[in-house]
Amino acid sequence: MNGKPGWRELAEGDVVPAGTAEQFETGDWRTERPTWHPERCIQCLLCWISCPDSAIVVKDQKMTGFNYHHCKGCGICAKECPVKPEKAITMGPER
Amino acid sequence: MANLKELASRKELLTGGHRMCPGCGAPIIVRQILLASKDPVVVVAATGCLEVSTTIFPYTAWNVPYLHNAFENAGATLSGVEAAYSAFKKKGKISQHVNFIAFGGDGGTYDIGLQSLSGALERGHDLLYVCYNNEAYMNTGVQRSGATPKGANTTTEPAGKVRQGKVEWRKDLTEIVAAHGIPYVAQSIAGNWADLTKKAEKAFSIRGPKFMNVLQPCRLGWGYKPEDTLNIARLAVESCVWPLYEVENGVYKVNSKPKAKKPAADFLKTQERFRHLFKPGNEQLLIEIQTEVDRRWEALVAKEPAVRTGA
Repeated sequence: MNGKPGWRELAEGDVVPAGTAEQFETGDWRTERPTWHPERCIQCLLCWISCPDSAIVVKDQKMTGFNYHHCKGCGICAKECPVKPEKAITMGPER
Repeated sequence: MANLKELASRKELLTGGHRMCPGCGAPIIVRQILLASKDPVVVVAATGCLEVSTTIFPYTAWNVPYLHNAFENAGATLSGVEAAYSAFKKKGKISQHVNFIAFGGDGGTYDIGLQSLSGALERGHDLLYVCYNNEAYMNTGVQRSGATPKGANTTTEPAGKVRQGKVEWRKDLTEIVAAHGIPYVAQSIAGNWADLTKKAEKAFSIRGPKFMNVLQPCRLGWGYKPEDTLNIARLAVESCVWPLYEVENGVYKVNSKPKAKKPAADFLKTQERFRHLFKPGNEQLLIEIQTEVDRRWEALVAKEPAVRTGA
């Protein structure tokens, strides 16, 4: 699905497949962009459990980066990151 | 209790790409509760932010069987789903255990859906009702609800020359639900994943009606920067404005007793909706709010059994 389908494209009987919001881009809402610094990351996964947009990509129980297609740039991950003195996730302006 | 690594190896049941506000606490609550379930789940959502923003046609963010009916009947709708499942199970057509979860905002739970929730609890259905409580009708533009605390600015009870936000105290829904005598009632927050997932796991392990009232800071209606969602909820706990507690078979347990109780003002001053309380002339109102927070906290702690047996 791209954009808004017309009635001819819609499935019969309002059957909607599960989890299709996955395809919808909310990354273009971002005004601030998170950056991950793997060298500082302690793999605590607090960013992952705190993300409202399921936009922290975890593979084999490890944080591997962001899903910028969904990330709205709220900054919760950077705020919750417990690494000191410099955090493993920092926010900067979206380019 | 599952740790973060275990949770991270489970399937994500709420996808990104939903249209909740950046920094919204509601999807955080939903993700954590769904991750806490080892069994398949069926979700019913009451009308509200969550329902509207996760299911904008033709997209859906739900990777689980999902139903929306109306504002006032999430409890009744989920009761019906659970009753149908029980009938299938009785006939031997289904054997897999399923967790039934309803998500309702404070509008759909405290106010509009209270009768249907009460009925579901009284009939004893095996379900978990989760109230993601952002303390006003945020989806329709921040109108006051029964959950809105005294002094909060809303569009229907705005702070101005005559009134200083909401005049009434919020009702204590957790206690209203506990009075139904159901097996498990708990209060939690967005911002303490360990507390929330532990309570959800416990709820899933118990048969019968369960209820969780989860405080969810709302950046739109409360007025704060989006990254502060979780630490504002934690401040509500540290100031005893929103205690973490559970009632298991009528036995109260307060899960977090702050060593040094913060003043309620520490929580209030983080949010635009309470800004007017700190203007000259409103000192008395702040004292009233602090007195009520203290009174409710002491009443809660007094409900705990003096000597608890077991852990």
